[in-house]
Amino acid sequence: MNSKLKGIIILILVILCVYIMIVPGSSYERINIVGSTSVQPLGEKLAETYTENNNVLINVQGGGSGMGIRSSHQNITDIGMSSKELNNEEKKELEELILGQEGIVISVNNENNVNDLNIGQIKNIFSGKIRNWKEVGGKDLNIEVITREEGSGTRSAFEDLVMEDSKIKADAIVQSSTESVKQSIVSNPGAIGFVSYAHMSDDVKSLLVDGVDVSEETIADKSYKLQRPFIFLINGEPKDSVKEFLQWVYSPEGIKIIKEEKIVPPNSTQILKYQELLK
Amino acid sequence: MQKKKKLVEYLIEKGLFITAIFSIVIILIIFIFIINEGIPAISEYGFLNFIFGMTWAPSDSQFGVFPMIIGSICVTLLSLLMAVPLSLLCAIFMAEVAPDSVRKVLKPVIETLSGIPSVVYGFFGLIVIVPLIREQFGGTGFSMFTASLILTVMVLPTIISVSQDAIRSVPSEYREASLGLGATNWQTIKNIIFPAALPGIITAIILGMGRAIGETLAVIMVAGNVPLIPGSIFDPLRTLTSNIALEMGYATGIHYSALFTTAIVLFIIIIVLLLVAHYFQKKYSMDAYGGHA
Repeated sequence: MNSKLKGIIILILVILCVYIMIVPGSSYERINIVGSTSVQPLGEKLAETYTENNNVLINVQGGGSGMGIRSSHQNITDIGMSSKELNNEEKKELEELILGQEGIVISVNNENNVNDLNIGQIKNIFSGKIRNWKEVGGKDLNIEVITREEGSGTRSAFEDLVMEDSKIKADAIVQSSTESVKQSIVSNPGAIGFVSYAHMSDDVKSLLVDGVDVSEETIADKSYKLQRPFIFLINGEPKDSVKEFLQWVYSPEGIKIIKEEKIVPPNSTQILKYQELLK
Repeated sequence: MQKKKKLVEYLIEKGLFITAIFSIVIILIIFIFIINEGIPAISEYGFLNFIFGMTWAPSDSQFGVFPMIIGSICVTLLSLLMAVPLSLLCAIFMAEVAPDSVRKVLKPVIETLSGIPSVVYGFFGLIVIVPLIREQFGGTGFSMFTASLILTVMVLPTIISVSQDAIRSVPSEYREASLGLGATNWQTIKNIIFPAALPGIITAIILGMGRAIGETLAVIMVAGNVPLIPGSIFDPLRTLTSNIALEMGYATGIHYSALFTTAIVLFIIIIVLLLVAHYFQKKYSMDAYGGHA
């Protein structure tokens, strides 16, 4: 009996020690930002610049848009990040703050001689109706479609913008990140995939969509069709430190950083509206 | 003095006990958590529909993991098919044949192989193996064969080092008796040492299998992740672990829960494989040491 009691006491002590080690001391203000891995680099950049001049600690975590929505909904995080617009049910509970628009680039191997596709052709290629590059004016080469995983922000934006009611073909190769999509395109002459504008580089070729080349101007004036929003999510009234951070994001300094990351910020009336909201 | 000694003994004993049950407690917690998170999908979609469903399309609420069960099993078996002969011969060479100087070089090299992070294997596969397979065998290059090749290299060190230990722990009397009866070196290895070491070798294969079926990152990068049953070994496929890792970050609601149900399926498969493996391990260990009993 006595030894059992001792055992229980030891167990409690061990649990207490572990608990004390895990729970962090909160000596300064913390802001947690969780969500879309597409928005994450921008979030990190904003956090980094902001913390240089302010006495807060901002923790930016990836995990995907779904996680961003989930954790701001459950109040686990102060700010959620999403790269897709919320559905109506989610909109009721969360406030969307749009950081800007990002272009989605249709990219192919540099050796590919096709330069221009319209949205209908892109749709038919990704749904599997067009299976050879010669059908769209290219070489006699099988088209290898490379897509992102189900639920990816880039993929769902692409599906909304291009695929509409049809689906990406079931036997398309699935890659789990923008970088591995690019690598697959680089190593495969017949490949086609979609990547975000910020990740675009010279090792793959970007196609004109409906005759419009992707650039900051064409994204801003909406003439380039394939674009999606980058969103910060807040749940109810944020605490003061979060409010200050968000106010700073929509100040000229914050907008400048958004532009540097190749994201096209919202127009000035929209920004004014957010500044009003955050007062 | 005596009392203090007793207390120390007591503390050490209980401390060891706590560390021993620690892993059991953790497994239980994980298991309960996974079941708990997976239950909504099971109750909504039905467990049999889930296991035998042929389409995985979360946006249409289709959650069939059968292609991925087949995918996981195929990739694991194919990689073991390549890795087991290779690593057993290597283990026999290292334990029985190789001179000390060769062994001193081989051992650290093989240990290094197991220290390479899986993302490096995956990246190497994506950049080097995938284009190579595409040029040699056609298709996209993302295939069951590519994934199995990578996994083969990844499980080699595990199987080699564990089965080598098993071979070396065969009592030297066996060896000496066999050689003394006039058997050649190879006859001794084949008829005496290998059978005696078989239970340990099966353990090595089980560990390798566990690594192969659980490997996620490298497989995601080279398998193509197409949720269809592969028609040949050069077709892309998706494994259960890839399915979870690919979509975890984005999933919400029933889709999120379905990924945990995928984990339950994986749990069941691993338990079944372990039971089968333990059955064989027991069976062969009776044969090898039957004469002693």
